[in-house]
Amino acid sequence: MYEFVSGPLVWISFIVFIGGSIYRLVSMFKLADKEKVIFPYMSLKYSLRSLIHWIIPFASTNMRRRPFMTIITFAFHICLVLTPIFLLSHNLLWYQSWKISWWTMPERTADIMTIIVIFTAIFFLIRRLVLPEVRFVTFLSDYALLTVAVAPFITGFLAYHQWLPYKTMLILHIISGEIMLIAIPFTRLSHMLYFVFTRAYMGSEFGAVRNSKDW
Amino acid sequence: MTEPAAEAVVDPGIDEKIKKLTPERIESTINKVLTKGAAARLKVYLQTCVHCGLCADACHFYLSNDKDPKFSPVGKVKQTLWEIIRKKGKVDGGFIKDCSRIAHTECNVCRRCSMYCPFGIDIAYLLLLVRRMCALLGVVPQYLQDTVNSHAVTMNQMWVKQDEWIDSLQWQEEDAQDEVKNARIPLDKEGAEIMYSVIGPEPKFLAQLLGNIAMIMAVAGMDWTMPSFDGWDNSNMPMYSGDFETMARVERKHHEAALKLKVKRIVMGECGHAFRGAVYDGPKWLAWKEPPVPIIHAVQFYYELIKSGRIKIAKKFKEPVTVQEPCNIVRGRGLGDMLRYIMRATCEDFRDVYPRYEHNYCCGAGGGVINCGPQWKKSRVKGNRVKAEQLKATGAKFVVTPCHNCHSGIEDIVEHYNLGMHTKFFSEILIDVMEIPEDLKVE
Ligand code: HEM
Ligand code: HEM
Ligand code: SF4
Ligand code: SF4
Repeated sequence: MYEFVSGPLVWISFIVFIGGSIYRLVSMFKLADKEKVIFPYMSLKYSLRSLIHWIIPFASTNMRRRPFMTIITFAFHICLVLTPIFLLSHNLLWYQSWKISWWTMPERTADIMTIIVIFTAIFFLIRRLVLPEVRFVTFLSDYALLTVAVAPFITGFLAYHQWLPYKTMLILHIISGEIMLIAIPFTRLSHMLYFVFTRAYMGSEFGAVRNSKDW
Repeated sequence: MTEPAAEAVVDPGIDEKIKKLTPERIESTINKVLTKGAAARLKVYLQTCVHCGLCADACHFYLSNDKDPKFSPVGKVKQTLWEIIRKKGKVDGGFIKDCSRIAHTECNVCRRCSMYCPFGIDIAYLLLLVRRMCALLGVVPQYLQDTVNSHAVTMNQMWVKQDEWIDSLQWQEEDAQDEVKNARIPLDKEGAEIMYSVIGPEPKFLAQLLGNIAMIMAVAGMDWTMPSFDGWDNSNMPMYSGDFETMARVERKHHEAALKLKVKRIVMGECGHAFRGAVYDGPKWLAWKEPPVPIIHAVQFYYELIKSGRIKIAKKFKEPVTVQEPCNIVRGRGLGDMLRYIMRATCEDFRDVYPRYEHNYCCGAGGGVINCGPQWKKSRVKGNRVKAEQLKATGAKFVVTPCHNCHSGIEDIVEHYNLGMHTKFFSEILIDVMEIPEDLKVE
């Protein structure tokens, strides 16, 4: 079991993640080209202007209006993306199979960042349950996506600390990590892929056509 | 689960029309809209939206209805598009009725929400697609559809016939000459520098605005003209009903009139939606990157006249006055600074609004909502309490509304919330305060 999930399944999940993401983006570009009025309106300058205002904490009006949510969102996403990349255990695996390695963060830092992801995800869950405007637009799939996003962190954490049977936790961890990777291109988690492009488009429209700001 | 948000309103344009729909027609029409032309943005927006609700606070309907989530931008998309897509277009007439109510009467397509969504999702565009589906099914609020029919038949919004149009211009020319000597409304002058265009309701209900521009043009000494033929009306209601074919015909006609008169540029009267149609929504549908003849809005024009000194201010307007920033020229074209410049140049006591510039609240009337007719007035005015609070906080006695929709919308709000204010177009202030040169003075 362990051999299978940590061998072929890892391969499969990475291939699906990368291949699927490329497929998604290529079909987006093709469709956008067909729509005719997308590309002629795009402007690099205004795309970047918009992106900058939306990837820097508190650079947009709505972020300043909701400081707590902004901090939580940035903490969640930064930890979610960086932890698995610079995690020692993951790096060792890369080294074992590909003989490549890069900088790793101290294990304690990784542990804290993992906890941050778990707690911010709990915050998202509570927010979803409590705020009427969020609950109104929540489906079961939203809870599922949140679970998919946080599961590798919970299981990874439990495996690392070996509070529960290590082998089982590790297998669960790897499976949940693989599910998340596979889910990214095919669910709303693809907002990770599209973010740059939706912002760039709106930034261009507001900047180049409408001569105003979109933040 | 989704009980109607507003009290049931009777609108034959919706109620009678849904009776004629068959499930097959609904399904095939919806799927045509979902797959043809609009697919890229629609698909990406629907895949990207993480249902976070961060756009809610942008919408005056949501804020004014005590934060009822049914009025939040994403909430409106949920009740319409998400449901349509989940059911793959297999929805019934009752559902289409709700769609029309939500998309035509509870959203001003003002685009404030796309500045609040972290992904910049264009929710107004999504709701316009819903309008498009309704329009193709023939389900459009009756009053709005009547203006669309008028556009389709007469190329203007108000069934104005050519002789009536020319009559109004001549009558206003005479009136203007009572105030300013030699004030003229030159018709069909080929090669003039400026073609001035207005919306259909001006000759019909607000003809004095035509007189105002004649005086202003005379005082500024401009070389201008107006077409006596179709294309004089720059308004565009089909843009808002969802009948984009007619929208395109109207825009094309307007631009063709300018080309025919060989003018250097078009100056538009004080209207926001007309500007949107002529400058970006129309050209976009026609796949023109830029309109063929440069177009400026009245606010830009007055800014030029005042800044360059072609019009001098004799005595400033004394009363405290504030401004309604039309979404389509401020969020839509960044004219907020010019608007403030002309306000300060002509008014002694200008009170700014907050939030302002692109963050200003919509008047609640734009986007075709006021054109849906009197039966929808109640929900429209109720849906913009925040505007009343915003205006009240300025303590002003007058509100300048450089847009026809804003003008009527703000009037309704002022009345309903007892604000005790008066609305004015900017040109009404300008003709009051401008200096009329000696040689143009009427003894
Ligand atoms: C897809 C294949 C994956 C494999 C083979 C894998 C493998 C591992 C291994 C072996 C550990 C170490 C457990 C220990 O210390 O003994 C670990 C920890 C961890 N993994 Fe993964 N992982 C995968 C995917 C992911 C993904 C996609 C994420 C998150 C997005 C993730 C997040 C974590 C975290 C946060 C920890 C450590 C928690 C802590 O230190 O507290 N992993 N993983
Ligand atoms: C790296 C590029 C990414 C960007 C720019 C991004 C951006 C965003 C934004 C703007 C939101 C809106 C709500 C909020 O502000 O919290 C959001 C929500 C969310 N993101 Fe991401 N994201 C990215 C990657 C990811 C990844 C890789 C995952 C997980 C696999 C993820 C999971 C989530 C989840 C679960 C939510 C919803 C929270 C809720 O339930 O309200 N994101 N993201
Ligand atoms: S009225 Fe304006 S803010 Fe509200 S949903 Fe429509 S476009 Fe968005
Ligand atoms: S803010 Fe954007 S992503 Fe969030 S619910 Fe609204 S439209 Fe969707």
